[in-house]
Amino acid sequence: MTAINDVTEVTGSQKRSRWGSRLDRREGRTAFFFLLPGLIGMVLFLVVPIIASVVLSFTNWKLLGTPQFVGISNYVRLFTADPQFWPVLRNTLFFTAEYLVLNIVISLGLAVWISSLKMGQRWFRVVFFLPTFTPGIAVAIVWMLIFAPGGFFDFIMRSLSVAMPSMLTDQTLAMQAIIIVSLWAGVGYNTVLFNAALDMVPQSYLEAARIDGANAWQRFWKIRLPLISPTLFFGTVMTAITSLQVFDQIYVMTRGGPGNATATLGYAIYQRGFQNFQMGYASTIAWVMFAMIMALTAVQFWLQRKWVHYDN
Amino acid sequence: MTTKSRTRFSLALDILNHGGLLIVALIFLFPFFWMVSNAIRSNAEVMAVPVRILPHVFEWDNFAKAWTQLPFGRFFFNSMFVASSVTVITVIVSCLSGYAFARLKFPGRDALLMAYLGTLMVPAIMLIIPLFLIVNSLGMVNTFQGVILPVAFGTFGAFLMRQFFLSIPMELEEAARIDGASRLRILVSIIVPLSMPAIGLLSLFTFIAQWNNFLWPLIVMTGSDNATLPVGLTYFQTQQGTQWNFIMAGAALSMLPGVFLAILLQKLIYNSIALNAGMGGR
Repeated sequence: MTAINDVTEVTGSQKRSRWGSRLDRREGRTAFFFLLPGLIGMVLFLVVPIIASVVLSFTNWKLLGTPQFVGISNYVRLFTADPQFWPVLRNTLFFTAEYLVLNIVISLGLAVWISSLKMGQRWFRVVFFLPTFTPGIAVAIVWMLIFAPGGFFDFIMRSLSVAMPSMLTDQTLAMQAIIIVSLWAGVGYNTVLFNAALDMVPQSYLEAARIDGANAWQRFWKIRLPLISPTLFFGTVMTAITSLQVFDQIYVMTRGGPGNATATLGYAIYQRGFQNFQMGYASTIAWVMFAMIMALTAVQFWLQRKWVHYDN
Repeated sequence: MTTKSRTRFSLALDILNHGGLLIVALIFLFPFFWMVSNAIRSNAEVMAVPVRILPHVFEWDNFAKAWTQLPFGRFFFNSMFVASSVTVITVIVSCLSGYAFARLKFPGRDALLMAYLGTLMVPAIMLIIPLFLIVNSLGMVNTFQGVILPVAFGTFGAFLMRQFFLSIPMELEEAARIDGASRLRILVSIIVPLSMPAIGLLSLFTFIAQWNNFLWPLIVMTGSDNATLPVGLTYFQTQQGTQWNFIMAGAALSMLPGVFLAILLQKLIYNSIALNAGMGGR
C-alpha cells in the first residue's frame, strides 16, 4: 500500500513541461506495448469471463441451442425449488466450519511445537509441508486406498476392536474422511506460515516476561499469540476462501456421495455445468459461492477487531 | 547438585519433546509410505486380507510398467509441457507488465494496478464455465493451447514483479538510458538478471500450481491422449479390475517433482511464506 502511494507522489510532483510531455507520450507508448500481452490475456480470460458469468446466470443456456434470458428465475429455482441446493449448501458450510477450525488448531499446534525444538526445525517444517506441493488428486487417490473397505484404516480399527462402518460409503462418516484428507493435504502451509510468524516474535519480549515470572503457558497466551494474531488472521481468511471451493478430493473419493452427503458447491458447479451442461444454472451456483466467500471474509474482518492485535 | 539434576531433567524433557514430534511426523508421512508400498506389490496383494504392511514380493518394475503401459509416461510429459509453458508465459508477461507498473509513466497507471489486484479476489472455480465456453468457441477444446492460455495470464505475477523492480536502484538503468538503450533492452539485460530471486519464486509457485491443477485440464482435455497426470490418474478408477498398484505408481510419479522441489528449495519457500507472515494483515 505504501509503495503505491509513494509512486503517486513522485508522478504528481513532476513538472510537465512541453519537453516532458513529449517524453511522457513516448513512455506511454512503451508502457502500452509492455502491458499489451498481459492486458489481452486479462481481458479475454478474466474480464470477459466475469461479465459472461453474470449474464449466463440469468439465462437457461444448455450448451446446445440458443440461450434464453430468464431473468432471476435461476436464482428463484435455486433457493425455492431445487431439492439438492440446501443439502449442498449445508455440506459446504459444514465442511468449511469443521475443516477451518481443525486446520487452524492443528497447524498452530504444530507450529508451536516445531518452534520449541532446539534442532531439526527446518526438517519438520519440510515434512508437514510436503503434501502442499503434491497434486491433490494423487493425495486423494492414496487416501481412497487407505479408506477402502478392508483397507488399512479398517485394519487399524479392527485391531483396536472398534466396530465402525466403512468410511467412504457411510452417510455421516464420508464427510469426515474428506475432512481428514483435506487436513493432511492442507495443514502444511499454515504450519510454516505460523511457524515463521512465531520466529519473528522478539526474544527480548519473552525474556522480559520470563523475568517477571510468567510461565510458558502465560507467555504463549499473553505474548506470542497476540503478537502473531495478524498472521493467524491472514491464514484463517485464506483457508476459509479455499475451503469453500473444495472439489478435487470429493471428485475422486466420493463423487458427492453416498447420496449427496459430500456434494459441495464446487462439486455442484462441476456437476451442473459439465455433466448436465446447464451452463446458466451452474453460473448461478457460482455466484452464490462468490457471495458466500465475500460474506465469510467480511464477517472475519468484522470479527478481527475483537481478537487481532496490531502494534501500531 | 540441584542445578545438575535440573539440567538433566530439562535434557530429558528436550529428548521427549523431539521424540514426540518425530513420532507425529512419521505417522504423518505414512500415506507416502503406503503409496510406495502398494505400488511395488502385485495387484492381488493390494486388496488382500489381512493387510500386509510390506509387500510379499517387491515388484520394482511396476514403475516401468505404469510408465509405459498405462501410459503415465505420456501423461507425465503432458503435465511437464503444460506446467512449463504456463510458467514461461507467466514470467514473460509478468516481467513486462511489472516493469511498466514500476518504471513507466502513463495515464491511469494506479487505477489499472488496482484493477489487477482486484481480479485476485475472484475465485478460479467461478470462471470455469465462461472460460470453457470461450475455449470452446475458439475451437481449442482438447488442445494444449486451450489448457495453457486461459491460466497463463494471472495478475499476481505482475504485482509481484512490480514490487521487486521497485526495490532495484534507479541509477542502475539511468546510465544505460543515457547510452541510448531501449526500455526492452534495459529490462532484459539489466533488470531481469537482478530479479532472479523474484522470478525464481514466481516460476516455482506457478509451476507447482499448474502441475497440481486438476479441474481445468479435466474439463478442457476431453481426449485421453492429451490428459495431464492428475487427470490421467482418474481414468483408471472406474474401469473394471482397477490396477491399484499401477495407479499408486502413477500417483508417486506425480508427487515426485513437488517433493523434490519442496526439499531442494525449502529455504526459498520458507522465506517467501515468512514474507507473508510478516505482512499478514499489516
